[in-house]
Amino acid sequence: MAVTEHPNGLETRTGGFAQWFDLSRIPAAYWAIGAILLIMPAFAGDFVLFQIFGWAFILGTIALSLTFLGGYGGMVSLAQMSIAGVAAYMTAILGTSGISNISLGWPWWLYLPVAILVAVAFGTIIGALAVRTEGIYTIMITLAIATAFFYFCRQNYVIFNGFSGFNQVLPPQLFGVDWRDPIPFYYLALFWAVAAYLLVLYVSRSPFGLALQGVRDNPRRMAALGFNVNMHRVAAYAFASVIAAVGGILLVWLNSGISPGAISVGPAIDILVIAVVGGLRHPIGPFIGAIIYVLLRTFALDALVSVGLAGERFQLLIGVGFLVIVFWSPDGVLGLWARWRERARNRDPLTGQPREDA
Amino acid sequence: MRFFERHPYWSFIILILVAIFLWLIFAPWSDGVENILGRKKVFLNALFNGITLGALYFFVASGFTLIFGLMRNVNLAHGSLYLLGGYIGYEVATATEWWLLSFVVAFIVVGAFGVVLQYVVFRRMEGDDLKQTLVTIGISICLADIMLWIWGGDFYQILAPEWLSGPVELPLITAVKSSGDAVYLKYPVVRLFILVAAIVVGALMWIALNRTRIGMLVRAGVDDRDMLSATGVRIQLVFVLVFAVGAGLAGLAGVVGGTFQSLAPGEDTRFLLASLVVVIVGGMGSIPGAALGAVIIGLAEQFGSVYFPTYAVVLTFLIMVLVLAFRPQGLVASRR
Repeated sequence: MAVTEHPNGLETRTGGFAQWFDLSRIPAAYWAIGAILLIMPAFAGDFVLFQIFGWAFILGTIALSLTFLGGYGGMVSLAQMSIAGVAAYMTAILGTSGISNISLGWPWWLYLPVAILVAVAFGTIIGALAVRTEGIYTIMITLAIATAFFYFCRQNYVIFNGFSGFNQVLPPQLFGVDWRDPIPFYYLALFWAVAAYLLVLYVSRSPFGLALQGVRDNPRRMAALGFNVNMHRVAAYAFASVIAAVGGILLVWLNSGISPGAISVGPAIDILVIAVVGGLRHPIGPFIGAIIYVLLRTFALDALVSVGLAGERFQLLIGVGFLVIVFWSPDGVLGLWARWRERARNRDPLTGQPREDA
Repeated sequence: MRFFERHPYWSFIILILVAIFLWLIFAPWSDGVENILGRKKVFLNALFNGITLGALYFFVASGFTLIFGLMRNVNLAHGSLYLLGGYIGYEVATATEWWLLSFVVAFIVVGAFGVVLQYVVFRRMEGDDLKQTLVTIGISICLADIMLWIWGGDFYQILAPEWLSGPVELPLITAVKSSGDAVYLKYPVVRLFILVAAIVVGALMWIALNRTRIGMLVRAGVDDRDMLSATGVRIQLVFVLVFAVGAGLAGLAGVVGGTFQSLAPGEDTRFLLASLVVVIVGGMGSIPGAALGAVIIGLAEQFGSVYFPTYAVVLTFLIMVLVLAFRPQGLVASRR
C-alpha cells in the first residue's frame, strides 16, 4: 500500500510558499469539480445535498484521517471512527441535547475546542499504544480498542447514556443561519472537507510529513538519521485525530444525535472500506470512496429490489465490491484510474494498439 | 522453575495470592468475607463461568493463533467461521438430535471451508499482511450478510442432550445452613464437559506441535519454508492441514458457543474480537498463551460483570492495555 510516486507530480515538490498561490498549477479538472461543488445547491435537491453529499463529505473526512495514517504513515488504524465518536459524544455531552440531565449546555465556542481536544487526547493514547506494534498487530489492537469503546459507551449510562445515546444535538445558530438546513449544512461540510483535504496535502509536503513517509518506508534508517520514529508516529495519530474529530462533530450534527450503533465494529470497518476503495495514495481517495459508499448505501435498496432481492443485501454488495477492489486494484479507484491513464499513455495514437516498446 | 529462582519475591507474592484464592474457593465463608465479596455462590459461579467461558474462548482463539502463529496468515474472517460452525451445528443437532455429531460435522464443514479459503485467498497473497487483512474483512462482511440471509436475525440455541443437561453437585461448599448442613455448589454438567474437552484438545494440540513429526514439519516450515520443501516435504499439504484444523476449531467453538450461549448475527465480530484480545494478551502463535489468555479474559469478563457490571468491558480492555504496555509480545511469547 506504500506508494511514493504520485501521478500528478505534486507530491515531489516541497519548497516555496509561493507555489500555494500559483493557481495555474492546479489541474483544470480540479477547477471544474470545485465549480460544480460550489454551485451544486442551484440544481440539486435538499435530499441530495444533505443526505448524499453532506454525509459523503463527513465520511470522507473521517476516512481521510485513516488515509493520512495509512497512506503516509503506513499504519492502518480501525479506531478512527471511535475518535470521531468521542468528538461527537463530547459535543452532545458538553453542548445541548435532548438528554438534559447529562448535557452541560456549554456555549459552542467552549464545547467545540474541548470536544476536539478530548478526541485528540483519546486518539493520541490509541496511537501511543498502537505504535508499539506493527502491521497486522496495529489493525488488531485498534480494532480491539474500537470495540471496547463501543461496548463501554453502550453500557455506561452515567456519561454516555448507554444504548440510546443522545438525540437533538443541533449545531449552534451562528450568524442567524440555521446550519442544519440542507444548503448551509452542505457548505459547512464542504468547507471542512476541503479544509481537511488541503491540510493533509500541506502536512504531507511539510518536513513532518516527509519524515513520516520516511518512517513508513524505512524506520531503521530514519532512526539512524536521528529521527524519533515513535514520536513521529504518535504525532501522526494526533494529527489524524484532529481531522477525525472534525468529521465526528459534523456527523453528530448531521444525524442530530449519536448512539453506540454509530461507532460499532461495522461503521469502523466501513471507514476502512471507504479509504481502501477510494485509494490510500492521495487525500482525494477517501472522498471518492465515500461518494461511492453513500450512493451504494442510498440506492442499493432500490436496485436490489428491482432485481428481486431483499433490500438489506446491500451489505453483501459492498462486501463483494470491496473484495473485487482489493483483489484487482490494491490502490483502490485511484489505482484503477492511474492504471487506465498509464495504459492510455502507452497506446499508439495512430493505431490505438499498445506500443511495442512500452 | 527458572522464574522462581529469578524472581523470588514475585513468586512469593504469587504463591500467597494463589493460597488466598484456593482458600476462597474451598473454605466456607464467614460473614465478614461475605460482607466484602458478596455471597460465595455468586463468587463461585463467576469463577466457574469465567473458566468455562475461557474454554470457549480457547477453542476460538487457538484456531486463530494456530493459523496466524504458524503460517503468518491473518484471518479476520475467523469470527465468521465460528458463527458458520454454530449454525451448521444447530442444523445438524436439530435434524438428527445427535449433539456430538454436530461437532464432527461443524469441524469438517468449516475445516473444508478453511481449506478453500487457504487455497483461494492466502496462497495468492503470501506474506502480504495488509492485503490478507482487507480480503478477509471483505469475506467476513459477505459471510455475515449471507448468514443473515439464510438464518435471519433470530437467536438460536443448540440443546445439549439428556445425559448432559441439568446440574451436578460439586464438592465445593457455597454456604452453611443454620442447621449446620453444608450447601454444595450446583453447576451445569455441559459446561464442565466443555471445559474438559477444551483441556483435552489443548493438550493434544500442544503434543501434536511439540512432540510429533508433523508438528516438527510445521515448525520447521514456518522457520524456513524453502529449505524444508527442498528436502522433499510437501509443505503446502502440511499447511493446508494446519489451516483445516485451525478453521475446524472455530467451527467446533461455534457449536460450543451455541450450546451454552446463543447464536445470532453479531456474534461473529464478538468472537473475532475475543480471539484478538486473547491472543494479544496470551501471545501470538502460542497454544499455552492462548489458553492462559482465554482463562484470564474469561475470568475478567465474568468477575467484571458480577462485581462492577458497567465497567466489565473496560476491565478486559485494561488487561490488554497493561499487557501491551509491559509485554508487547504477550504473556507467553511464541518461540520466535
